[in-house]
Amino acid sequence: MSVKLSVIAKAIEGTVYTCKEYLENEVEYGFSSDLMSDVLTIDKEDVILITGLNNIQTIRTCELAEIKYVIYARNKMINTDIIKLANENKILVMQSPYSVFKVSGILYNLGVKPIY
Amino acid sequence: MILTYKIQGGDFSNAGKCSSEVKKVLKQLNIDHKIIKKVVIALYEGEVNIVAHAYHGVITVEIDTEKIQITFKDEGPGIPDINKAMEQGYSTASPIVRELGFGAGMGLPNMKKNTDYMHINSQVNKGTEVILINYL
Repeated sequence: MSVKLSVIAKAIEGTVYTCKEYLENEVEYGFSSDLMSDVLTIDKEDVILITGLNNIQTIRTCELAEIKYVIYARNKMINTDIIKLANENKILVMQSPYSVFKVSGILYNLGVKPIY
Repeated sequence: MILTYKIQGGDFSNAGKCSSEVKKVLKQLNIDHKIIKKVVIALYEGEVNIVAHAYHGVITVEIDTEKIQITFKDEGPGIPDINKAMEQGYSTASPIVRELGFGAGMGLPNMKKNTDYMHINSQVNKGTEVILINYL
Protein backbone atom coordinates (compact mmCIF):
# COMPACT_ATOMS: atom_id res chain seq x y z
CA MET A 1 0.00 0.00 0.00
CA SER A 2 1.15 3.50 -0.79
CA VAL A 3 -0.05 6.78 0.72
CA LYS A 4 -0.63 10.06 -1.06
CA LEU A 5 1.71 12.91 -0.09
CA SER A 6 -1.24 15.30 0.24
CA VAL A 7 -2.84 12.96 2.79
CA ILE A 8 0.45 12.85 4.73
CA ALA A 9 0.77 16.66 4.63
CA LYS A 10 -2.72 17.10 6.03
CA ALA A 11 -2.27 14.51 8.78
CA ILE A 12 0.95 16.04 10.14
CA GLU A 13 -0.10 19.69 9.64
CA GLY A 14 2.72 19.89 7.15
CA THR A 15 3.87 23.06 5.41
CA VAL A 16 5.26 22.23 1.99
CA TYR A 17 8.25 24.34 0.89
CA THR A 18 9.29 22.77 -2.42
CA CYS A 19 7.94 20.63 -5.26
CA LYS A 20 4.25 20.98 -4.41
CA GLU A 21 3.51 19.15 -7.66
CA TYR A 22 4.55 15.92 -5.88
CA LEU A 23 1.58 16.14 -3.48
CA GLU A 24 -0.41 13.95 -5.84
CA ASN A 25 2.33 11.27 -5.74
CA GLU A 26 2.17 8.26 -3.45
CA VAL A 27 4.95 6.93 -1.25
CA GLU A 28 5.40 3.36 -0.02
CA TYR A 29 8.19 3.40 2.59
CA GLY A 30 9.20 5.66 5.50
CA PHE A 31 12.48 6.02 7.37
CA SER A 32 13.17 8.20 10.43
CA SER A 33 16.75 9.16 11.18
CA ASP A 34 19.12 11.99 12.00
CA LEU A 35 22.04 9.84 10.95
CA MET A 36 22.77 10.30 7.27
CA SER A 37 25.08 7.27 7.05
CA ASP A 38 22.11 5.22 8.18
CA VAL A 39 19.94 6.79 5.46
CA LEU A 40 22.64 5.84 2.93
CA THR A 41 22.17 2.14 3.79
CA ILE A 42 18.61 2.12 2.40
CA ASP A 43 18.26 -0.09 -0.67
CA LYS A 44 14.62 0.77 -1.33
CA GLU A 45 13.37 3.45 -3.67
CA ASP A 46 10.13 5.33 -3.04
CA VAL A 47 10.99 6.49 0.49
CA ILE A 48 9.99 9.46 2.64
CA LEU A 49 12.59 10.58 5.19
CA ILE A 50 11.53 11.97 8.56
CA THR A 51 14.31 13.86 10.29
CA GLY A 52 15.16 16.47 12.90
CA LEU A 53 18.46 17.28 11.25
CA ASN A 54 17.96 20.56 9.40
CA ASN A 55 21.10 21.10 7.39
CA ILE A 56 22.12 20.95 3.77
CA GLN A 57 23.55 17.44 4.14
CA THR A 58 20.03 16.06 4.62
CA ILE A 59 19.13 17.20 1.11
CA ARG A 60 22.51 16.11 -0.30
CA THR A 61 21.93 12.67 1.20
CA CYS A 62 18.43 12.49 -0.29
CA GLU A 63 19.77 13.54 -3.68
CA LEU A 64 22.45 10.85 -3.66
CA ALA A 65 20.25 8.13 -2.12
CA GLU A 66 17.38 8.89 -4.54
CA ILE A 67 14.91 9.96 -1.83
CA LYS A 68 12.35 12.41 -3.18
CA TYR A 69 10.45 13.40 -0.03
CA VAL A 70 11.65 14.83 3.33
CA ILE A 71 9.77 15.84 6.47
CA TYR A 72 11.54 18.12 8.96
CA ALA A 73 9.94 17.49 12.34
CA ARG A 74 9.40 19.94 15.25
CA ASN A 75 9.25 22.95 12.93
CA LYS A 76 13.00 22.84 12.39
CA MET A 77 14.04 25.94 10.47
CA ILE A 78 14.38 25.45 6.74
CA ASN A 79 16.90 27.89 5.32
CA THR A 80 17.30 29.17 1.77
CA ASP A 81 20.25 26.82 1.04
CA ILE A 82 18.04 23.82 1.84
CA ILE A 83 15.23 25.14 -0.36
CA LYS A 84 17.61 25.95 -3.24
CA LEU A 85 19.26 22.53 -3.25
CA ALA A 86 15.91 20.76 -2.84
CA ASN A 87 14.45 22.65 -5.80
CA GLU A 88 17.51 21.91 -7.93
CA ASN A 89 17.18 18.21 -7.21
CA LYS A 90 13.39 18.04 -7.27
CA ILE A 91 12.99 16.99 -3.64
CA LEU A 92 9.77 17.79 -1.76
CA VAL A 93 10.50 19.43 1.60
CA MET A 94 7.78 19.49 4.24
CA GLN A 95 7.86 20.86 7.78
CA SER A 96 5.71 19.58 10.64
CA PRO A 97 5.20 20.94 14.16
CA TYR A 98 5.09 17.37 15.49
CA SER A 99 8.04 15.35 16.80
CA VAL A 100 9.86 12.70 14.77
CA PHE A 101 8.12 10.11 16.96
CA LYS A 102 4.64 11.50 16.36
CA VAL A 103 5.15 12.03 12.62
CA SER A 104 6.47 8.47 12.32
CA GLY A 105 3.46 7.11 14.23
CA ILE A 106 0.98 9.01 12.06
CA LEU A 107 2.62 7.84 8.84
CA TYR A 108 2.73 4.26 10.11
CA ASN A 109 -0.98 4.41 10.90
CA LEU A 110 -1.71 5.79 7.45
CA GLY A 111 -0.05 2.71 5.96
CA VAL A 112 3.47 3.91 5.13
CA LYS A 113 5.69 0.84 5.51
CA PRO A 114 8.88 0.58 7.58
CA ILE A 115 12.10 -0.48 5.82
CA TYR A 116 13.83 -2.47 8.54
CA MET B 1 37.06 9.29 -18.99
CA ILE B 2 38.89 10.71 -15.99
CA LEU B 3 37.32 13.20 -13.57
CA THR B 4 39.35 14.92 -10.84
CA TYR B 5 38.10 16.90 -7.85
CA LYS B 6 40.02 18.77 -5.17
CA ILE B 7 38.49 18.45 -1.71
CA GLN B 8 39.25 20.81 1.16
CA GLY B 9 39.31 19.42 4.69
CA GLY B 10 36.75 21.12 6.93
CA ASP B 11 34.70 22.51 4.02
CA PHE B 12 31.45 21.03 5.28
CA SER B 13 29.09 23.22 3.27
CA ASN B 14 30.45 21.76 0.01
CA ALA B 15 30.65 18.13 1.19
CA GLY B 16 28.84 16.06 -1.40
CA LYS B 17 29.29 18.40 -4.37
CA CYS B 18 31.80 16.09 -6.06
CA SER B 19 29.46 13.11 -5.59
CA SER B 20 26.60 15.12 -7.02
CA GLU B 21 28.60 16.07 -10.12
CA VAL B 22 29.81 12.50 -10.68
CA LYS B 23 26.23 11.25 -10.39
CA LYS B 24 25.16 13.60 -13.19
CA VAL B 25 28.01 12.37 -15.43
CA LEU B 26 27.20 8.69 -14.78
CA LYS B 27 23.55 9.36 -15.63
CA GLN B 28 24.57 11.02 -18.89
CA LEU B 29 26.65 7.94 -19.71
CA ASN B 30 23.52 5.80 -19.26
CA ILE B 31 25.16 3.59 -16.65
CA ASP B 32 22.81 1.16 -14.87
CA HIS B 33 20.74 2.97 -12.24
CA LYS B 34 21.61 0.47 -9.47
CA ILE B 35 25.35 0.76 -10.13
CA ILE B 36 25.12 4.56 -10.11
CA LYS B 37 23.45 4.50 -6.70
CA LYS B 38 26.11 2.21 -5.21
CA VAL B 39 29.01 4.18 -6.68
CA VAL B 40 27.57 7.51 -5.60
CA ILE B 41 26.88 6.39 -2.02
CA ALA B 42 30.41 4.99 -1.62
CA LEU B 43 31.79 8.17 -3.18
CA TYR B 44 29.76 10.42 -0.88
CA GLU B 45 30.94 8.58 2.24
CA GLY B 46 34.54 8.88 1.01
CA GLU B 47 34.14 12.55 0.20
CA VAL B 48 32.71 13.23 3.68
CA ASN B 49 35.66 11.30 5.16
CA ILE B 50 38.17 13.64 3.48
CA VAL B 51 36.23 16.73 4.59
CA ALA B 52 35.89 15.34 8.12
CA HIS B 53 39.38 13.98 8.72
CA ALA B 54 41.98 15.21 6.21
CA TYR B 55 43.65 18.58 5.52
CA HIS B 56 42.96 18.28 1.81
CA GLY B 57 42.62 15.60 -0.82
CA VAL B 58 41.95 14.67 -4.42
CA ILE B 59 39.25 12.36 -5.74
CA THR B 60 39.85 10.77 -9.13
CA VAL B 61 37.07 8.92 -10.93
CA GLU B 62 38.11 6.77 -13.89
CA ILE B 63 35.36 5.35 -16.06
CA ASP B 64 35.89 2.82 -18.84
CA THR B 65 33.74 0.17 -20.48
CA GLU B 66 34.43 -2.41 -17.75
CA LYS B 67 34.55 -0.52 -14.47
CA ILE B 68 34.38 2.66 -12.43
CA GLN B 69 37.45 3.18 -10.28
CA ILE B 70 37.52 5.86 -7.60
CA THR B 71 40.74 6.91 -5.87
CA PHE B 72 40.64 9.08 -2.75
CA LYS B 73 44.07 10.45 -1.89
CA ASP B 74 44.47 12.79 1.04
CA GLU B 75 47.06 14.46 3.18
CA GLY B 76 46.04 14.17 6.79
CA PRO B 77 46.46 12.29 10.05
CA GLY B 78 46.14 8.86 8.43
CA ILE B 79 44.44 5.82 9.97
CA PRO B 80 46.50 4.15 12.73
CA ASP B 81 44.47 0.92 12.78
CA ILE B 82 42.64 0.15 9.52
CA ASN B 83 40.97 -3.00 10.88
CA LYS B 84 39.49 -1.00 13.73
CA ALA B 85 38.38 1.76 11.33
CA MET B 86 36.52 -0.87 9.29
CA GLU B 87 34.52 -1.97 12.35
CA GLN B 88 30.93 -0.81 12.29
CA GLY B 89 30.46 1.85 14.99
CA TYR B 90 34.12 2.80 15.47
CA SER B 91 34.71 6.49 14.81
CA THR B 92 37.16 9.27 15.63
CA ALA B 93 34.93 11.98 14.11
CA SER B 94 34.59 15.40 15.75
CA PRO B 95 31.28 16.71 17.19
CA ILE B 96 30.80 18.98 14.15
CA VAL B 97 30.89 15.93 11.84
CA ARG B 98 28.31 14.22 14.04
CA GLU B 99 26.08 17.31 13.88
CA LEU B 100 26.02 16.89 10.12
CA GLY B 101 24.64 13.39 10.49
CA PHE B 102 27.89 11.49 9.97
CA GLY B 103 30.64 10.17 12.22
CA ALA B 104 28.82 7.12 13.55
CA GLY B 105 31.45 4.69 12.33
CA MET B 106 29.44 3.60 9.30
CA GLY B 107 31.36 5.31 6.50
CA LEU B 108 34.06 2.79 5.61
CA PRO B 109 31.77 -0.27 6.09
CA ASN B 110 29.17 1.47 3.92
CA MET B 111 31.80 2.10 1.23
CA LYS B 112 32.82 -1.56 1.31
CA LYS B 113 29.20 -2.70 1.08
CA ASN B 114 28.64 -0.68 -2.09
CA THR B 115 31.77 -1.62 -4.03
CA ASP B 116 33.22 -4.77 -5.60
CA TYR B 117 36.80 -4.00 -4.51
CA MET B 118 38.17 -1.75 -1.80
CA HIS B 119 41.75 -1.17 -0.73
CA ILE B 120 43.01 1.21 1.96
CA ASN B 121 46.60 2.32 2.29
CA SER B 122 47.40 4.74 5.10
CA GLN B 123 50.42 6.26 6.77
CA VAL B 124 50.01 7.96 10.13
CA ASN B 125 50.68 11.73 9.98
CA LYS B 126 50.97 11.57 6.17
CA GLY B 127 47.68 10.57 4.65
CA THR B 128 45.36 7.94 3.30
CA GLU B 129 44.64 6.44 -0.10
CA VAL B 130 41.45 4.49 -0.72
CA ILE B 131 40.74 2.72 -4.00
CA LEU B 132 37.24 1.54 -4.89
CA ILE B 133 36.22 -0.40 -7.98
CA ASN B 134 32.72 -1.14 -9.24
CA TYR B 135 32.49 -3.41 -12.27
CA LEU B 136 29.91 -2.52 -14.91
